[in-house]
Amino acid sequence: MEFVSLPWWTMAFRWLHVISGIMWIGHLWYFNFVQTPSMPKIPDEQKPAITKFIAPTALFWFRWGAMATIVTGLILAGMNGYLSSAIKLGIGDHNPHNTAIGFGMWLGTIMWFNVWFLIWPNQKKVLGIVPAQPDEKKRAGRIAGLASRTNTMLSIPMLYAMVGAGHYY
Amino acid sequence: MKNPLDSLQSTVVLGFVLTVVLILLIHAIA
Repeated sequence: MEFVSLPWWTMAFRWLHVISGIMWIGHLWYFNFVQTPSMPKIPDEQKPAITKFIAPTALFWFRWGAMATIVTGLILAGMNGYLSSAIKLGIGDHNPHNTAIGFGMWLGTIMWFNVWFLIWPNQKKVLGIVPAQPDEKKRAGRIAGLASRTNTMLSIPMLYAMVGAGHYY
Repeated sequence: MKNPLDSLQSTVVLGFVLTVVLILLIHAIA
């Protein structure tokens, strides 16, 4: 019964971590590469299709993808025994793998924080899920937009650290 | 000054620049 062994479960959590990560970063890139640049080109009467239907559904899978990614990632790091070394960026351990995965984990954690504490609360105001004055909506849109762009920027080195730790360092 | 994150292109370029910084940091620490 090989599949009940620790190496199998570690592999299974890595698989779930990658699935969740694709759900998260796929939506992040959809927002930044497709939806946001397309909004100014969409006629006003068609915009509610995005704001009332597509964006709320995309945001649901986006934020819960982020949650599943961090939870499975922390479990995985714990199972692999490098959680505490990685949190300390492998400093003093002379272990390039733990330094690389540690940077990936910190970048991912900052991105998870941005999703749940900056993007989602502000998007709720923008989309009218919670009531907000027009000025407040504008400000919320600016904060959510910049946090989303920050995450797009951070996703590039984060993925280098994650993939590099698995296959190079 | 314009925020570089207002441009998708600058955002991606900054992501690659940060990756170079990250590579140097990993080598410096490990």
